[in-house]
Amino acid sequence: MSTITAQQAGTGRRSTGTLLTAFTWVVALVFFAPVVWMVLTSFKHESEAAASPPSFFFQPTLEQYRNIFTADAGPYFLNSVIATAASTLLVLVLAVPAAYALSIRPVKRTQDALFFFISTKMLPIVAVIMPIYVIAGQIRMLDNILTLIILYTAMNLPIAIWMMRSFFLEVPGEVLEAASIDGASLLKTMRSVLIPMVAPGIAATALICVIFAWNEFFFALNLTAANAATAPIYLMSTMTSEGLFLAQLSAASVLASLPVVLAGWFAQKQLVRGLSMGAVK
Amino acid sequence: MTTMTRTTPGDTRSAEEIRAQRAAERAEGWRRRAPLLPALIFVIVCTQIPFLLTIWYSLRSRNLLRPEGEQFVGLSNFADIFLDSTFRTAALNSVIITFGCVFVALLLGLGLALLLDRPFAGRGVVRTLLITPFLIMPVAGAMLWSISMFNPSYGLVNWLIGLVGISPVDWTSQYPVLSIVIALVWQWTPFMMLLLLAGLQSQQRDVLEAAAMDGATTWETFRYVTLPHLRFYIELSVLLGVIYVVNTFDHIYLMTAGGPGTASANLPFYIYQRAFLGFDIGQSAAMGVVTVIATIIISLLALRLIFRGLNAKEQQ
Amino acid sequence: MTGTLHRLSRRSLLAAGLGATAGAAAFGLSGCTTGTGARGGREQIVVAIVSNPQMQDAIGLIDHFRNDHPNIDVRFVSLPENEARAKITASVASGGGEFDVVMISNYETPIWAAQGWLADLEPYIAETDGYQDDDIIPTIRQALSYQGRQHAVPFYGESSFLVYRQDLFEQAGLQMPQQPTWDQIREFASALHNPAEGFSGIALRGLAGWGENLAPINTVINTFGGRWFSLDWEPMLNSPEVVEAVSTYVDTVRSWGQPGAATSGYGECMTHFNQGNTAMWYDASAMVSGIEDPRSSTVVGNTNYALAPVMETDYAGWLYAWSLAIPETSRHKQAAWDFITWMTHPDYFQLVGREVAWEALPPGSRLSTYEIPEYAEISGHYAEPTLTSMENATQENCMVHEVPYEGLQFVAIPEFQDLGTRVGQQLSAAIAGQQTVREALDQSQRFAESVARTYGWEG
Repeated sequence: MSTITAQQAGTGRRSTGTLLTAFTWVVALVFFAPVVWMVLTSFKHESEAAASPPSFFFQPTLEQYRNIFTADAGPYFLNSVIATAASTLLVLVLAVPAAYALSIRPVKRTQDALFFFISTKMLPIVAVIMPIYVIAGQIRMLDNILTLIILYTAMNLPIAIWMMRSFFLEVPGEVLEAASIDGASLLKTMRSVLIPMVAPGIAATALICVIFAWNEFFFALNLTAANAATAPIYLMSTMTSEGLFLAQLSAASVLASLPVVLAGWFAQKQLVRGLSMGAVK
Repeated sequence: MTTMTRTTPGDTRSAEEIRAQRAAERAEGWRRRAPLLPALIFVIVCTQIPFLLTIWYSLRSRNLLRPEGEQFVGLSNFADIFLDSTFRTAALNSVIITFGCVFVALLLGLGLALLLDRPFAGRGVVRTLLITPFLIMPVAGAMLWSISMFNPSYGLVNWLIGLVGISPVDWTSQYPVLSIVIALVWQWTPFMMLLLLAGLQSQQRDVLEAAAMDGATTWETFRYVTLPHLRFYIELSVLLGVIYVVNTFDHIYLMTAGGPGTASANLPFYIYQRAFLGFDIGQSAAMGVVTVIATIIISLLALRLIFRGLNAKEQQ
Repeated sequence: MTGTLHRLSRRSLLAAGLGATAGAAAFGLSGCTTGTGARGGREQIVVAIVSNPQMQDAIGLIDHFRNDHPNIDVRFVSLPENEARAKITASVASGGGEFDVVMISNYETPIWAAQGWLADLEPYIAETDGYQDDDIIPTIRQALSYQGRQHAVPFYGESSFLVYRQDLFEQAGLQMPQQPTWDQIREFASALHNPAEGFSGIALRGLAGWGENLAPINTVINTFGGRWFSLDWEPMLNSPEVVEAVSTYVDTVRSWGQPGAATSGYGECMTHFNQGNTAMWYDASAMVSGIEDPRSSTVVGNTNYALAPVMETDYAGWLYAWSLAIPETSRHKQAAWDFITWMTHPDYFQLVGREVAWEALPPGSRLSTYEIPEYAEISGHYAEPTLTSMENATQENCMVHEVPYEGLQFVAIPEFQDLGTRVGQQLSAAIAGQQTVREALDQSQRFAESVARTYGWEG
């Protein structure tokens, strides 16, 4: 009797499981559908992209991608690469020592310093854009990629310090003691013991910095014009008041999103930790 | 450390030695501080100086287009804000957009996290698909929704509702706030899902098994075991979500430009408009200061929570 | 103030230096891709431009300029009108210096010139062979001058007039006068209005914005004898004349106007007319390039034009010109002028005609445009009304009372961008039926009062 019930329950559970799995897949595909649509649209001709009802079967074309590569999109993407890479490097150069000073060999008032860093992250950027604009104008730094590098560094530094700190705190105390007994200098300890141990942490921090810098729009919108404009600005500029532009925009969107999407796909675990500023492992 | 041991060898210490020791302590303090200073100075220069300037602007009447009319006006910019009905609309929109987005994204994210917290075929793929909206460039996401999805004549959404016989809707002008919230929820649900999934997976399996052994139903286990465990993660998701979403600008700028009229402007967008369309520096700075104060109140709660979480982790 | 800024700048420079060391070390290449200014004997100029079709044509033709000036590297920042205006104004007013050439209108030019933000173009004009500045339409030239000296040159200019469907008027036995009154317009609109067929008697702008609904509405206010401010800066927005004018406009568009009027701007109205869904449309004279183009319009051949409708005045059109100017902060003024010359020189019209189309000539900037045989041939029925409207678009012809400000469809004070947009929002709400005209104007009056006080009005 009891075995039969168990068996029934087993099949019941299994079929519920299949149903749940199917349901999960459906939900995931619905969520993903806009992305699919964006990719599909990018392979259409402009007239098909704006067709009503939407066209699902069409002759795919690479025309839009070809246009982007032949048009002047290059400098925008190059600027994005420069601003992202340089600001991320700068963030790491500043954040790793700072996180060290807030974890392994902590300064007095560590909590205050941590609090200060993170509170700047809560400052609405729009509240400071005018002064930044005016200052940048005074020192002739508008439309200059260096300005974006500096601001992206300031924007990501607090997150990076918090993240790196959470990785340093995981380093076992014995390792550090062993190093200091050996009489190794600070820099040497850093280089030969600490950095290798937190290398995955540095990679995770860099990932988060890259995502935020690559996607940044507000500073780029207000502080750049012709020379330092980045990929998000290129996306905006494909919109025109007359004529069709949706397929072109979709292709540009796919290209602009691709680096971060790929990075995020391959580093999902680091993503969680970074987004929570190290609070969730 | 080494310096200190070397300077205190004997019992009889002269004043000179004490001074030397103090100097050594100071030196040690600076040695500890040195790695922190570059980052600290960098952040202070880049964030605090502009903000001080914002406070300075907020006390002055200054229109960028009329440089000659500049003068100190005390708190009158702040008084004007509270008489400005558009500011109130924008503040209300900020609240609606932020909490609407965070609440819906949290519920959806929790649902998705629960679905993903069990082994099944293709779990990794599903998870990858689900986090993608968060990784799409926000500018691209905003335009994807405002054009490909919500366009009144060729948008996918109107085609879908047309299949069930609903007549076309001009989403971004008839329901501007709702349209923005939908696009934001799509983007932020994966964020919530990731954090909550991490929470679910950090549960001790034996606790769940023990609950099952005690004859608890699935619902009881969720209600009395999982949910209390998730509490920290839910609070964290909400607060981080609020911090990130409250400053939403891209979606509003690109989807509705705050319109029609000022119907869908939130505070960041309205401040931007006052600054870069009205060029009223005094007013926009005062609004910025008010927004910062409001944000700080929210942030204090958030920070306390993150600190608590971190300290709990550190003690483990 | 300047002292503070100066000190702060130096501190930011410190930060900049900090960033520069790390940034430059990591990225030697950034210098070669993002350097501003001269490099290798080449000069770079940045041109901020509004992305209207005629300007897009100019961008498409830039290779011709490059061939003539191999040493000048032109970079465009091309944005929609509102975004362009925000960016250009911020840059010029704060001395940001990103741009060497900016596209502005006759609203900004005199105000900015008075602030010393724009370069005086007279010396450049004098030195340019064959520029023929006396060929520029006189009212436009006047509107782009400050103290008698030109600070911007027009790319294209426009007034406002009325387009109507000749065929439908004939069918209905109606006769449109050369210069109708608003009463006549209302009669025509009610006679031809046919909502059952989705056909409206008239199309008028309702979309909020000083460059959108406020432009036509202000010409109505002017011709009804209204004004924004009296001579001693008393705001007049709820005076009987203004109330009557705005009520007429709002009632006309609500009774016989296009559907969705409160959200339709120039573009929507044009689509409406081009699709053959309305009998009349009162708007910018630049509309001809869309309406008369068979590729976008279904009504080519059935159109005719009348002057802007009047009430108390002789004329009622507005005056507007998209123009090019050089910010005082530019470090490449000669190169900037070379570019401006290319884009506004009589030769440019020949180039556009040959390479693009004769319909595509930028209208309303030069008198000689209308003497080009190819253009005269296609512009027969609208050249005359365009020129008449533009020549008569002065305050003397179009307003009843004297006012302390310049401008017809705008008030040429710096605050107007903002004030006008807010008033436009109120009027848009009235057109949508969310409030009465009276309520909209009372609220607008309050907005205007706070501005008026800064001009010495005491109330």
